[in-house]
Amino acid sequence: MIPASFDYIAAKSLDEAISLLAKHKDDAKVLAGGHSLLPAMKLRLMQPKVLIDLGRIRDLSYIKEDGGLIRIGAMTTHFQVEISDLLRRSCPLLPETASHLGDMQVRNKGTIGGSLAHSDPAADWPASILALDAELVATSAKGDRVIKATDFFVEMLTTSLQPGEILREIRIPSGKSKPAQAYVKVRHPASGFAVVGVAVNLSIDGGKCQSAAIGITGVSPKAYRASKVESALKGNALDAKTLSAACAHAAAAVDVNSDLYASAEYRKQLATVYTRRAIEIAAGRAK
Amino acid sequence: MKKTISVTVNGVTHQNEIEPRLLLVQYIRDVLNLTGTHVGCETSLCGACTVMVDGQAVKSCTMLAAQADGSTVTTIEGLAQGGELHPVQNGFWEHHGLQCGYCTPGMIMAAAQILQRNPDPTDEEIRHGLEGNLCRCTGYQNIVQAVQCAAKKMKSKSVAR
Repeated sequence: MIPASFDYIAAKSLDEAISLLAKHKDDAKVLAGGHSLLPAMKLRLMQPKVLIDLGRIRDLSYIKEDGGLIRIGAMTTHFQVEISDLLRRSCPLLPETASHLGDMQVRNKGTIGGSLAHSDPAADWPASILALDAELVATSAKGDRVIKATDFFVEMLTTSLQPGEILREIRIPSGKSKPAQAYVKVRHPASGFAVVGVAVNLSIDGGKCQSAAIGITGVSPKAYRASKVESALKGNALDAKTLSAACAHAAAAVDVNSDLYASAEYRKQLATVYTRRAIEIAAGRAK
Repeated sequence: MKKTISVTVNGVTHQNEIEPRLLLVQYIRDVLNLTGTHVGCETSLCGACTVMVDGQAVKSCTMLAAQADGSTVTTIEGLAQGGELHPVQNGFWEHHGLQCGYCTPGMIMAAAQILQRNPDPTDEEIRHGLEGNLCRCTGYQNIVQAVQCAAKKMKSKSVAR
């Protein structure tokens, strides 16, 4: 499997990448780690005439915390997220998600920004990014544009990134000392993608759930916030009755995917069960 | 438009003019004639093409040779040092970590990375680390034993030093 011919340009800076993208427009694709784009090009599902490689732009790869925000450079690899002490301490949901993603080699090369911009409906990151109320920073010749995670995923393989824009940073509000977070996943046995992936980010105080943010991937054409589950948890103790009533809404109001591996009915059931498991794990971690 | 790349593979620096669409695995096998790295699924699932690029195990079927410009690559041919097999290679030999051998080069490169990062892994950690490498012969049991054997060898070596 060999991609169709293209020109390859290794951008030396983000500014250069932006001007190359402005010049080549729709003929160009931006190459991050390549673990979504190159497979698609090998299958000739995508045939860009120009590839603009961000791989040599060192200052797009970082994880830092300042001013109440965790900032992750778009070219940070899944592995760098997985082993980050800063994230393990202040946002363990991200390293946990990374550890479920693909396999060791894929995590070594694939990037968080590349995966998000590709927006595969069964990718792991979207669930966590949604549950963390992240913001995504897109940049172009016009400057930066900040996009809320809930506005970022438009449909299958489509984000709200505009022509000429490059995703450069992911921002996550930091704060809570002991975050009640969890990511659980039904892994497709062949591809490793999420048949269902649930990310939970809770705030629990006085035995009651003060706030809940739940992102679900793999279930529908785009990852979504399970807002009905969230509102059913809020203000309540997380007992069995509350959980089973709340989690029944895990796949409410979305079109549920159906394929050879999992029918829509089965997927919906998995979403219900795994949402409950994720909440229980997250709540257990808050103790 | 062709592109000139310079890649150091197993200690030798090569300069070649390549087409941008040339995959790293094709560059290694067809341009450099290092055929120890295998092409399996070609879809970044099986891990047979695993090599180290700048110290990171990657699937060379899912990387362009152009992306490796300026990098240091280690393939299975470059793992043995001074005529002595790498402990992981030895482990595979002693514990019969293969039958047909197709997955073995990638399996060994991935195992080397696992031990580099975690010198004392549990069986479970080895299995998690090898998730991206498929073997259709062994059922993985002997492979895990081979990696454990290598871990012990590498530990006793570092203690001796």
